[in-house]
Amino acid sequence: MPPAQAIAVRGLRVERGGRDVLPGIDLDVAAGRVTGLIGPSGSGKSTLMRAIVGVQVVGGGSVTVLGESAGTPALRRRVAYVTQSGSVYGDLTAWENVRYLARIMGIGDDDVRRVIEVVGLVGSEHRPVARLSGGQRHRVALAGALLGRPELLVLDEPTVGLDPLLRRDLWALFERLRDEGATLLVSTHVLDEAGRCDDVLLLRDGRLLAATTAAGLRSDTGTDDLDEAFVRLIERSGADG
Amino acid sequence: MSARATFATASRLFAQLRHDPRTIALIMLVPLLLLGLLKLLFADNELQFQEVGPPLLGIFPLVVMFLVTSVTMLRERTSGTLERLMTLPMSRGDLVAGYALAFAVLAAVQAIVASVWAIGVLGLDVQGSSFALVGVAILNAVLGMACGLGLSSLATTEFQAVQFMPAFILPQFLLCGLLVPRDQMAGALDALAGILPMTYAYEALADIAAGDGSAAAVAAAVTLGFCALALGLGTLTLRRRTP
Repeated sequence: MPPAQAIAVRGLRVERGGRDVLPGIDLDVAAGRVTGLIGPSGSGKSTLMRAIVGVQVVGGGSVTVLGESAGTPALRRRVAYVTQSGSVYGDLTAWENVRYLARIMGIGDDDVRRVIEVVGLVGSEHRPVARLSGGQRHRVALAGALLGRPELLVLDEPTVGLDPLLRRDLWALFERLRDEGATLLVSTHVLDEAGRCDDVLLLRDGRLLAATTAAGLRSDTGTDDLDEAFVRLIERSGADG
Repeated sequence: MSARATFATASRLFAQLRHDPRTIALIMLVPLLLLGLLKLLFADNELQFQEVGPPLLGIFPLVVMFLVTSVTMLRERTSGTLERLMTLPMSRGDLVAGYALAFAVLAAVQAIVASVWAIGVLGLDVQGSSFALVGVAILNAVLGMACGLGLSSLATTEFQAVQFMPAFILPQFLLCGLLVPRDQMAGALDALAGILPMTYAYEALADIAAGDGSAAAVAAAVTLGFCALALGLGTLTLRRRTP
């Protein structure tokens, strides 16, 4: 039985450059769902994701991922992470990039071929990544994250700068991966993308404004406009505090 | 440690080099050019060429490998690829070992090419074994690689990494004993030279050229120790979690 909670964050505090990026945050991510981590840039999304995959120095609190403490060696095969910049070698081809990650994990070329197909890079897999478009480069990074079918995918702004058609394809892919049993945590600063997520975590200034669904967000704030809903939530939290 | 991740990393670095033939050409040809220049410079003074030739045969590769390695590692840190690797099932030692393996092979090829050129074409005359000279030239290149890897963690930009060349290599070049023999240096300078890695790399080369095999072996062993130290430092300064 998979745990109902894929990720549990309790009292997580992260300081970067003398500033509390995350002053003590609590949140849960349900297993088997696409959860959107949504907030403006600088809200702490990337820092939170870095803490979840275990590459962030944390000041306090706990992060539990798939039942284990974040960053434990056993999690490195079960959790896949794509940074905002994509983190691919521009001088290598897409194939060489993905194959390198596969070899580290002891995964064969069959799976390299599979993930390249899944992200739709067949035909351009032998061109140097530096000569691919930004969207294709992101998909090279995503392909690497799909190797070995990880249980949890942590994707930092995977749709930024993509044209609407590609964005729609990617969200369809995320839903397909979820239907195959994976849990996805996807960050974005585009509020409209909240509509594609099963669950929504709204982050602002390192604090969780709301943990809800897109429908819940609309009904809770009484507006269909997600931008407006976000504004109302901020105003409300300001009135409370 | 996993040999798999080490070999994967080494073969990835070779793939990157294959995509950059100009860098390979520079790595291989620059020492040849410099040695050729030296030969022309001392055209009327063959004795001088025979004296400075062997040490420089090792020191040129040392400098080149230092630069290539520190910039490559720095790129890994700044591009985010290192962060991603740190979330994968590989240890920090695997990564450093992969770097060491790939660049040691490159260094070996470079040192062999330079040695064949210096001995075969430029007529460099070695009292001791030519094979030992090639071996120590490889060791020099490996030392440059190890130091570049160890120091790259102190740089945050490629500009800084390149500045480490004059900051780290030039003082060692001045003090290693090539320009002024160590026994003619002021006491403090001699003591300083005694703790710098390049001093021993130079001594090993000079001893072989002079035919003193046992002294060369001691200096080579110390150089090897410095390589291990620098690689260890490079591994320790690599952090899985960063601020």
